[in-house]
Amino acid sequence: MNLVFDPAWLPRLGQGVLLTVQLTLYCMGLGAVLGAVLGLVRVYGGGRWSPLYWVASAYIHFFRGTPLLVQLLGIYLGLPTAGILVGPFLAGLLAMTLNTAAYQAEYFRGAIQSVKSGQMMAARALGMSRAQAIGHVIMPQALRLIIPPWSNELIYMLKYSSIVSMTALRPETMDLFGVARSIAARNFRYFEVYILVALFYLAMVLILTVALRWVERRVRIPGLGTPGRGI
Amino acid sequence: MALLRVENLHKRYGHEEVLKGVTLAQDAGETKVVIGPSGTGKSTLLRCINRLTEPDQGRVWLEDTEITSRRTDINRVRAKIGFVFQDFNLFTHLTALDNVRLGLMKVRRMPRAAATGRAMAELERVGLAAKANAYPAQLSGGQQQRVSIARALAMDPKLILFDEPTSALDPELIGEVLSVMIQLARDGMTMIVVTHEMGFARSVADEIVFMEGGVIVEQGTPDKMFRSPEVPRTGEFLRKISDLYGESR
Amino acid sequence: MNLSVWTEVAPHAPVLLRGLLINIQLLLGLISLGLVVGVVTALIEVYAPRPVGIAAGAYTWFFRGVPEIVLLFLFYFGLSQFGVPVSAFFAAVLALGLRSSAYQAQIFRGAFQSIPHGQMMAARALGLGRLRAIVHVVLPQALRLSLAGWSNEFSSVLKDTTLAWGIGVVEIMRQASYIRARNFTLTLPIYVTVALMFLVLTYVGNLAIGLAERKLRVPGLEGQR
Repeated sequence: MNLVFDPAWLPRLGQGVLLTVQLTLYCMGLGAVLGAVLGLVRVYGGGRWSPLYWVASAYIHFFRGTPLLVQLLGIYLGLPTAGILVGPFLAGLLAMTLNTAAYQAEYFRGAIQSVKSGQMMAARALGMSRAQAIGHVIMPQALRLIIPPWSNELIYMLKYSSIVSMTALRPETMDLFGVARSIAARNFRYFEVYILVALFYLAMVLILTVALRWVERRVRIPGLGTPGRGI
Repeated sequence: MALLRVENLHKRYGHEEVLKGVTLAQDAGETKVVIGPSGTGKSTLLRCINRLTEPDQGRVWLEDTEITSRRTDINRVRAKIGFVFQDFNLFTHLTALDNVRLGLMKVRRMPRAAATGRAMAELERVGLAAKANAYPAQLSGGQQQRVSIARALAMDPKLILFDEPTSALDPELIGEVLSVMIQLARDGMTMIVVTHEMGFARSVADEIVFMEGGVIVEQGTPDKMFRSPEVPRTGEFLRKISDLYGESR
Repeated sequence: MNLSVWTEVAPHAPVLLRGLLINIQLLLGLISLGLVVGVVTALIEVYAPRPVGIAAGAYTWFFRGVPEIVLLFLFYFGLSQFGVPVSAFFAAVLALGLRSSAYQAQIFRGAFQSIPHGQMMAARALGLGRLRAIVHVVLPQALRLSLAGWSNEFSSVLKDTTLAWGIGVVEIMRQASYIRARNFTLTLPIYVTVALMFLVLTYVGNLAIGLAERKLRVPGLEGQR
């Protein structure tokens, strides 16, 4: 078999990379905010019998238990029938944000719960309010503990962002894979284009992994997250 | 008037009543040592005083503020009562200096520079100024406990509660913590100390309180408690605990 | 959405369920393929000589780093470009199965590495060969330890079977789009119904795995729960 790669593909793929990166970073950022709120509600929202806890739990179960593709099409195709119009980029961003928020909520919950209970008690004993204790003592520790699972989630979402190619039809809203599909559909060089695009994704994963490891090392504190040096 | 008054305190966990009506009073400058077998409500008593544990019944006053009243801003009261935990509970993500400084800045709203000065002075007092930038995991247990005492001292407390401050320490580290506490008592700090360290109790306490089964069995000066206790059980416990932990540390 | 909408959705349920059956077939195919390839890959990564182990590592790295949809398109359209006749269904099982094998290899590798070295030594001391020691002593323990991680992978690939829609497998998402093509107003309720079906399936699947986990538990192997 002879393979054909055309350098003319690259500028368009580069455009796609830009959109993929945007989509991923936006959804991770927004998802972190929503996820942190949901995670806090699950831990501090008044226990199993409070309505707030129930709403948060139902949300998390629904978005973790159903396919992202169903969520995306429900938003992109379903919402307009209820009179709410959303473009492909916004639909993609919305679906990915709502989805990752549910996963991130669980990471936040886990991280918050793995902060030792004595920390809250010591903060309250100093005269801090609950909110102050959460803000100054619990969250700074939880945020460091959450970096490894959050990094995994970022890479998952980077890859999952390719599903917006199922909705975007115009070039300016195409993500990396959307661009690849449109190139391949024109020249029938499916294998070459898709292998190339796979390498693009691998490169992005590699860069993100290295960058996040660096961040993790930068903010590391002895005795937190890593096995402590003991006493 | 006493600095702290505890009146008929009750607390139950499920079916077990841990405190069955404890009453005591503490004057300013006094050091009270609470002793007794484990599981008899000593720690619960301390936690009920600043409502880290909510008592079921009974009242607590700090001067003329009723701590147990629903209308009292508990956070303001807690800022005036230091608490030293058995397992230190230093904030894991903060250096020794930041541990001592956090309460000053966030609860007492002190400006950063002033808080730093005060925190350094307290670290100096417990002999750890050189470790100001170390994280808790980089300190020995004894050092961690001394930082946690500095953290309590920095808030200018009217009273410090010590909940078995040396129980989690290796034997060779107990001395450094006790000597800080002894110095505090000599400086006139008001302290309630739950401990098994009989040497400390004997030499520093103004009053020893013997608790068992959720009630105060007997209280009095160390002299009275060690030489001529009124209740036979007190003498029995003191002999046993002195054998077990030694008396002269 | 009022009640009458749901009475309109109800007649479409059998068609959706027929689509879901295809998703389940996809799931069974891909997860079995992933299991076999995953266990072998993990064994190679842990026990094989270094160069082979590195090759296995590169394999898992590739399949973990490339999006599912890209793999689906690569295996379906890419293979057919070279005249290899693959059905969409087969391509989906292959692409998603190999992807899953990379994730499952991660799970099994962790499990293999957590089996104390003494187990292997004791087996060898009995006179078992290296391979037989792995098969009879290490593998059974590792598989049990893997169940928790494996149940996560199960939930995840179950949902990902919907992506086969992209290469034209007539599964539940395709059926849903047929229905909405005929009755546009049902779009949202149809997708909600599909979502609920997956919720139930995820729940049932996890229940079954939990049951298996309890049944296969060996005292002392997993520690306290």
